[in-house]
Amino acid sequence: MSQINLNQMDNMQFDVLREIGNIGAGNATTALSQMINSKIDMKVPKVDLLEFKELSDIVGGAENLVVGILFTLEGQIDGMMMFMMDMEASRHLVNVLVGSYYEVSTGDFSEMELSALNEIGNIIAGAYLSSLSTLTNMLITSSVPYMAIDMAGAILSVPAIEFGKIGDKALLIETEFGDEDKAVNGYFILIPTIDSYAAILSSLGL
Amino acid sequence: MNEMIKVGMADLNVCVSPDALTTLGLGSCVGTVLYDPYRRIAGMVHIMLPDSTKILNNENKAKFADTGIDALISRMVAIGADRKSLIAKIAGGAQMFAFSNNNDMMRIGDRNVEATKLKLTQLGISIKAEDTGDNYGRTIEFYPETGILLIKSVGKEKKTL
Repeated sequence: MSQINLNQMDNMQFDVLREIGNIGAGNATTALSQMINSKIDMKVPKVDLLEFKELSDIVGGAENLVVGILFTLEGQIDGMMMFMMDMEASRHLVNVLVGSYYEVSTGDFSEMELSALNEIGNIIAGAYLSSLSTLTNMLITSSVPYMAIDMAGAILSVPAIEFGKIGDKALLIETEFGDEDKAVNGYFILIPTIDSYAAILSSLGL
Repeated sequence: MNEMIKVGMADLNVCVSPDALTTLGLGSCVGTVLYDPYRRIAGMVHIMLPDSTKILNNENKAKFADTGIDALISRMVAIGADRKSLIAKIAGGAQMFAFSNNNDMMRIGDRNVEATKLKLTQLGISIKAEDTGDNYGRTIEFYPETGILLIKSVGKEKKTL
């Protein structure tokens, strides 16, 4: 099993990780679509290796208020997975899911709405991870969802620190999805530990 | 104030009054400000991890508490700050997610704060003010003109230290 250095990945390794992101996000979007019983389109995911400085810019700036749902991963792949949405997207999804769509609520989420958001995160992450598990033929178990609503930079610091242990860049898989009326932006971030990176790549023959 | 200089994640910078320094959305990272009050020279480093010796990939000095503070002092001295006059103010080190298990990965905010304080103590730099821990993000701004550290958080009053 080869050691992986994020700063010196070759194109082949990068492509494989990109494909993992594609498949995972595709499954996650399908799960979301079924959950809210509405057609959801997904754009081709973007996979970027970003410097920490640039990280929070992609979600609209470090001070942008977002919902982040984090899972810790165990089993044959260790690490973290995060699902992040801006407040508008979260509000939209919650409204669709709990049926208060026509009496559009704004402001803070109620307890039930927070719970619904957690569940959205749970199902999406589950779909993402099960496709990754099938693809690599490795066992992955995830924790319960941990949610935080805060500045994007502050929330992203948690996965960024994990990336910080293995390099000076973070691998981010960004997927935009939405229904007919309204675009909903979501970001999936998969953060395997350095050993798990190697394990994922070697399970796929690299 | 002339210019607000941004310090990104795992980054550091210095400024001279009337310029100011800021870092946006600090989470579990620690924003450390060093200040020479007599020459109105300030430096800020955005620390992500406690210890460079525990990490293989440690080229970026600003990423770690131990090497980041050393690197910041060198930069400040290079633009005329007096090493002996330096004081510190620190903020950040929050635990953003309420993890149930208490393993080291989860306590990273606390560990960053501990490592930062340890390094400053070793260097004999006194910590004049701190706003660390808890579970929310912080944007910090430092004005060498007044020595004031301004802390902004979502849904909270601004704090000055």
